[in-house]
Amino acid sequence: MLDEAEVRQVARLARLGLTDEEVGVMRGQLAGVLAHVRDLDAVDVEGVDPLGLAPAGMGSREDDVRAGLAREDALAGAPEPVDEGFGVPKAFE
Amino acid sequence: MTRSIGEALAAARDGSAQEVATAAIARARDDRWGALLHVDQEGALAAAASVDTAATEGRAVGPLAGVPVVIKDNLCQRGTPTTCASKLLEGWVAPYDAHVVERLCAAGAVIVGKANLDEFAMGSSGETSAFGPTRNPCDEARVPGGSSSGSAAAVAAGIVPAALGSDTGGSVRQPAAFCGLVGLKPTYGRVSRYGLVAFASSLDQVGPIARDAASAAALFDVVAGYDPRDATSADAPRGEHVAAVARGVRGLRVGVPRDFVAGADPDVRDAFERALDRLVERGASVVDVALPHARHGVSVYYLVATAEASSNLARFDGVRFGLRVEGADLTETYERTRARFGPEVKRRILLGTYALSAGYYDAYYLRAQKVRVRIAEDFAQAFERCDVVATPTTPTVAWRLGERSDDPLQTWLQDLYTLPASLAGLPALSAPCGTGEAGLPVGFHVTGRRWDEATLLAVAGALEGER
Repeated sequence: MLDEAEVRQVARLARLGLTDEEVGVMRGQLAGVLAHVRDLDAVDVEGVDPLGLAPAGMGSREDDVRAGLAREDALAGAPEPVDEGFGVPKAFE
Repeated sequence: MTRSIGEALAAARDGSAQEVATAAIARARDDRWGALLHVDQEGALAAAASVDTAATEGRAVGPLAGVPVVIKDNLCQRGTPTTCASKLLEGWVAPYDAHVVERLCAAGAVIVGKANLDEFAMGSSGETSAFGPTRNPCDEARVPGGSSSGSAAAVAAGIVPAALGSDTGGSVRQPAAFCGLVGLKPTYGRVSRYGLVAFASSLDQVGPIARDAASAAALFDVVAGYDPRDATSADAPRGEHVAAVARGVRGLRVGVPRDFVAGADPDVRDAFERALDRLVERGASVVDVALPHARHGVSVYYLVATAEASSNLARFDGVRFGLRVEGADLTETYERTRARFGPEVKRRILLGTYALSAGYYDAYYLRAQKVRVRIAEDFAQAFERCDVVATPTTPTVAWRLGERSDDPLQTWLQDLYTLPASLAGLPALSAPCGTGEAGLPVGFHVTGRRWDEATLLAVAGALEGER
């Protein structure tokens, strides 16, 4: 059974800020979903290749260099463009 | 009101694309359904003017010349806001055109605006948009379905004759069903996702929503085709799908998984059975097929799609796009910024992160992928006995706004009929098939073989013939 500590741990992994109230609500909802998906345990999946769906015709292609987005276009919607890159707050002291 | 693409095309041939565009813009400005998030008056009028100029000068115009359309606001259009109906992207302006936008423009279509959606295309009611819910033009107290809620509502309200949506687990087909429209999810690989904001990359497809099958086919023919910028884009033969609409269904074998269909409400089942009868009257036959794993589609989908979403949405971190909420350091900035996702997006990111995390991966994600293969195998076996598989699109008609927002699992369970085709990568279509409770539209859902959208459109055309 999912507990609130696990919800907080998963939120930390996902870098997702949650309020205490949200942690409680999400715990209940996610526990319900995780109980529901146990229906998959009854399916015989012996020998099934989990990548067996990859369609034909989607093979690898030549690794050609192509023009990409112009730097100024890529930076235009960023919260903090700095010189020629994305500005970020300090990561550590 | 422009009812079909054909009417708009006729007007454009007369050199009055600008009149058609002006009228569509006026209707878009009068949007009382919450269908649109942005109206691009300047862009639309410029596109229409160039169609009129070409027509006046006797130059060739494209197959959608002068046809007003709206596109779901998770598709990038250079110079216009692309929000995904999320606070995270509020105010962000796309720096490039999606492949489908390039195709629309080259075909002469007039993009009138960007349509509302469930936030990041996550939802099936249109209610998770950060900018307010969309109402169903058939009954404004009801949801239009989702996640392509605004695309469907804009067509149902008569603002435009056709729209583009995106479909990950039913997001084109379910709102089409709820609004009495035709919605097509093409075969996986058929339409390039370049410029579609990614939700679940093994499932996402762009597809048309329109009032009739011929309009949906015309839009589909324009946007389909190979594009090297989407690694999953297939170089499949392109068809003439408009012609397929009138092809008829004589000799067509329609497979019906009876146990699965039994899960729908009686009013929906009645409308579905009447549609089967109409297809039989027109020369089709109905055969029983089994899709024994289809009932696991909801569980498979909500593990696989959320896992992929948790990865795809990692890019919305306050560094590269749109919103940043400053924190004391980088980690806190990430967390505070991403706290602005709405509850449905948070729920899915959490579930997906959990399903992929150490110790749970095999039990959840990997098992779901294997059951997904079983679902695809069911279809392969069914197609030995039939040409299309038919079910209702949804188990109920459109529900009331606010009626189900407290219980996300119950809402997810409503997706049972649209998910299997998505998981198997097959083309699927919803066509109107009469009405159920309260006179609300019911959708007839057909799934076809890979690349066989033509047969699905023929079914839709055959059902229209009786309306």
